[in-house]
Amino acid sequence: MVEQPPKIRIHDVSYAYGDRQALRNVTLDVPSKAVTVLFGPAGSGKTTMLRLINRLNDLVDNTRMSGRILLDGQDVYAPGVDVTALRRRVGMVFALPLPLPGTVRENVLYGPKLAGVREQSRLDEALQRSLTQAALWDEVKDRLDDPARALSGGQQQRLCIARSLALEPEVLLLDEPTSGLDPISTGKVEASLLDLKKEYTIIIIPHSVQQAARVADCAAFFLMGELIEYRAGREIFTTPCDQRTEDYVTGRFG
Amino acid sequence: MQRIGFVLLVLAALVVVLPILFVVGAIVVRGIGAVSWEFLSAMPRDGMKAGGILPAIVGTLLLTLGTALAAIPVGVGGAIYLSEYAADIWLTRAIRLAIINLAGIPSVVYGLFGLGLFVLFLQFGTSILAGSLTLAIMTLPIIISAAEEALRAVPTEFRTVSTSLGGTRWQGIRYIVLPQALPGIITGLILGLLRAAGETAPILFTVAAFFLPRLPHSPLDQTMALPYHLYVISTQVPGMPVDVQYGTALVLLALVLSMNVAATLIRSYYRRRRQW
Repeated sequence: MVEQPPKIRIHDVSYAYGDRQALRNVTLDVPSKAVTVLFGPAGSGKTTMLRLINRLNDLVDNTRMSGRILLDGQDVYAPGVDVTALRRRVGMVFALPLPLPGTVRENVLYGPKLAGVREQSRLDEALQRSLTQAALWDEVKDRLDDPARALSGGQQQRLCIARSLALEPEVLLLDEPTSGLDPISTGKVEASLLDLKKEYTIIIIPHSVQQAARVADCAAFFLMGELIEYRAGREIFTTPCDQRTEDYVTGRFG
Repeated sequence: MQRIGFVLLVLAALVVVLPILFVVGAIVVRGIGAVSWEFLSAMPRDGMKAGGILPAIVGTLLLTLGTALAAIPVGVGGAIYLSEYAADIWLTRAIRLAIINLAGIPSVVYGLFGLGLFVLFLQFGTSILAGSLTLAIMTLPIIISAAEEALRAVPTEFRTVSTSLGGTRWQGIRYIVLPQALPGIITGLILGLLRAAGETAPILFTVAAFFLPRLPHSPLDQTMALPYHLYVISTQVPGMPVDVQYGTALVLLALVLSMNVAATLIRSYYRRRRQW
């Protein structure tokens, strides 16, 4: 991995839903073109952290935030930031496969069409490229006009990944993308992630510590809204520095 | 014991169905003789005892159309605002409360309101415009409530996904939420417009003519309308042939039912296209 400035700098971010504090003073640098894993027990603030990066939590009322999140050095919460453009640069895949109503093709091309792409050749290119990147093209190339709901769960989740990739984002946020999938589908999604990190910065919330250890280039352990330990490589899973991290990765709690 | 309960339930269902069958049957049997091409296409003659009811049919169609033009954009627009944009503040709650209460107001009160606001104050006169607007206000609560419910039934996740793919809130509504909610919205529109088509009281003071044997020229013209015409020939004109009364009722019934069927077909078409 070539030394590059971090793609995303999270600086002293705190966040609360009403009275419930979800994140406390989190500071974290996310390297470019690598897989960064955010792991920890349920309710530790991982998902909130993820949704702050592409400002998806703007949809939630009655919240408070402090601190800064920089994408390529630009504060994503600065006044005047084009939020829809930000979300095109930072794609997201959710825990459950959530195909939109309509066909496979319509799902993949939803984002590019909203972004104003009209030329059929570019749309066709985006369709094939993103489905290939998500390791789905061979399985659906003859079913592009079938309803997306007709695909299997694993295929639907890869379709959702393809849908994000169709926008050619720079960053891909994945919130437990394999939680609803069987081991074989999980393997396919993980394999496509390892392929994708050559071109994309990936932040993933894994659905297990094992998965975290399989895919991580960097790993951050969250507990009750705090970042406990953050390290490059996979040593955090074998030789954690903090007792709480060790308790978690060895399965003593959580 | 279970058998007795079952029989009671069947009886209860029959009690609901029988009057409908009886009413429809009676109207069809007694009215069918009066319905002819002339009855549907001619002006009334001889103090409405002979000839046709064309101006009343046209009037009701025009009023329903006018109601649709006024109530659909406002109703659906209001529902989109309430469901997709409005924050949960006291103003929104007050609007919802007002809508619920509007639905309970007797239709004759709407008629008086329409008379005061549209006919007199805004000087539309007794006209199709005034009548349509009055009917539109009456149907708005039905349309808004049904449309808002249909919009809320669309899973939140679709909006989140659309947003995460760089869609604006309006794009998510336009391309995902609204198409999904359309069958439910259309149901609300049907219910509202059918009620408008069959109402007498709101048009009584605002548009309906007792006897006007010509077709209306403009939205500011008066017109005859089927429900009011039925009321007039049933109570106000002595010596009215019974088959003309039942024939008029039959035409009104057929008009409303055919609108209902057409709308149901549209709705099931959209429902088939929905894929989740």
